[in-house]
Amino acid sequence: MFEKLKAEFIFNFIEGDRWKYIVNGLGVTLQVTFFALLLGTVIGVIVASIRSSYDQTKDDLRPGPWKVFLTLLNGLCKLYLTVIRGTPVVVQLLIGYFIIFVSSTNTVLVAVLVFGINSGAYITEIIRGGIMSVDHGQFEAGRSIGFSYLQTMQLIIIPQAFKNVLPSLANEFIALLKETAVCGYIGLMDLTKGGDVIRGRTFSAFMPLFAVALIYLLLVIIFSKLVGILERRLRRNEQ
Amino acid sequence: MKKIIAVALSMILALSLASVSLADSVVAATNCAFPPYEYYENGVEAGIDVDIVKAVCEKLGYDLTIVDTEFGSIIAGVATGKYDIGFGAITITEERAKSVHFTTSYATGIQSIIVKEDSTITGVDDLKADGIKIGVQQDTTGDIYATDDFGEDHIARFNKGADAVMALSTGKVNAVIIDNSPAETFVAQNAGLKILPTAYAEEAYGFEISYEKEEFYNAFNTALEELIKDGTVQAIIDKYIKAE
Repeated sequence: MFEKLKAEFIFNFIEGDRWKYIVNGLGVTLQVTFFALLLGTVIGVIVASIRSSYDQTKDDLRPGPWKVFLTLLNGLCKLYLTVIRGTPVVVQLLIGYFIIFVSSTNTVLVAVLVFGINSGAYITEIIRGGIMSVDHGQFEAGRSIGFSYLQTMQLIIIPQAFKNVLPSLANEFIALLKETAVCGYIGLMDLTKGGDVIRGRTFSAFMPLFAVALIYLLLVIIFSKLVGILERRLRRNEQ
Repeated sequence: MKKIIAVALSMILALSLASVSLADSVVAATNCAFPPYEYYENGVEAGIDVDIVKAVCEKLGYDLTIVDTEFGSIIAGVATGKYDIGFGAITITEERAKSVHFTTSYATGIQSIIVKEDSTITGVDDLKADGIKIGVQQDTTGDIYATDDFGEDHIARFNKGADAVMALSTGKVNAVIIDNSPAETFVAQNAGLKILPTAYAEEAYGFEISYEKEEFYNAFNTALEELIKDGTVQAIIDKYIKAE
């Protein structure tokens, strides 16, 4: 049994340097996930600020150009959320590759943009939920001791909101990492596709698929551990 | 209410058991995006391979079900016994024959190079230049040969041949290496593309069956050889590929 496994392992990964497909694929997966995450977070923070600013101030704003502008911006953000959350990421990836970024020959960049824009929609809602979850009294308290809207957000609401959203944010990051497995559709050699290519060369399903699964699992475990440490740190000042 | 559910469940169970025990039904796997060998015509599978496999199964009295899967999963699926037959203009290679039992070859093909009409690429040697990207369908012989010849950095792998051709049309890759017959179909359907006159490689196609299913293999291969001999296979090929 052990001998057979060893032979399988050598055939699938050592022969013809096939382990390189896994290592290079892992590099691409991490690259796409990391930059998509950055882009998604930036989009998420911006869109969430627009959405929650609108929701919280629309009744107090005086009619005028600023109100019209904010309403328009809010409508645009809502459209973005509806479209991105309403369509599968694989379809978005193909649309991005074959239609929107048609002139780009940098496939990694296309994947980063598509996954970043996709993830941004989910991160938006997570952050907005976090802002909403902070009691409105906190906001009023901030304003009544003389902070401006931005100061209140920055010093009182956001720090509390961040603690609230961390678990769901980590969840989204994990989901994003695994979602990038569909990169193969646009010919990008990510981790999953690397395993696929080995499977196509050796015609054995077991080793490459389990190796790929194991690597994803390890990545998620390491990441969850890191988030756990961060959460504990953030909770320390609560006591 | 509970009784009805119980009865319904047991009926479903009985039905599913019954469908498994049908001995003379076979499952064939292919990647149905490779005209004229296999593709969808009005929503049903059609093409040279499809018709030949159908003809053989009809001759043997088997009930055929076709599964559309990724090209790279066909051979692995046949080897593990998930599918009874694998087909899809699959070239007979020594490497593949280690995993599955190939039938007698029923057709030959050549690997062609497709480029844009205004391309400066005129032959195989031009593909070796730095920065040239070659689109291939993953796990096909075009992919395997090109990876060996030009190296990993030159290859962009797609799940479907058509996706590779689309990437060529939009300028994401500089050339596509694919079997000649689908290449001709793709070039006919997409303006601005041409096939280079020099072929990249020549090869023979076979169907594959698991080594574990010896009896089925013998019956299938004998029937296939008979159909090749009486001209049925050639008639099917001629139907799809007009003689030059």
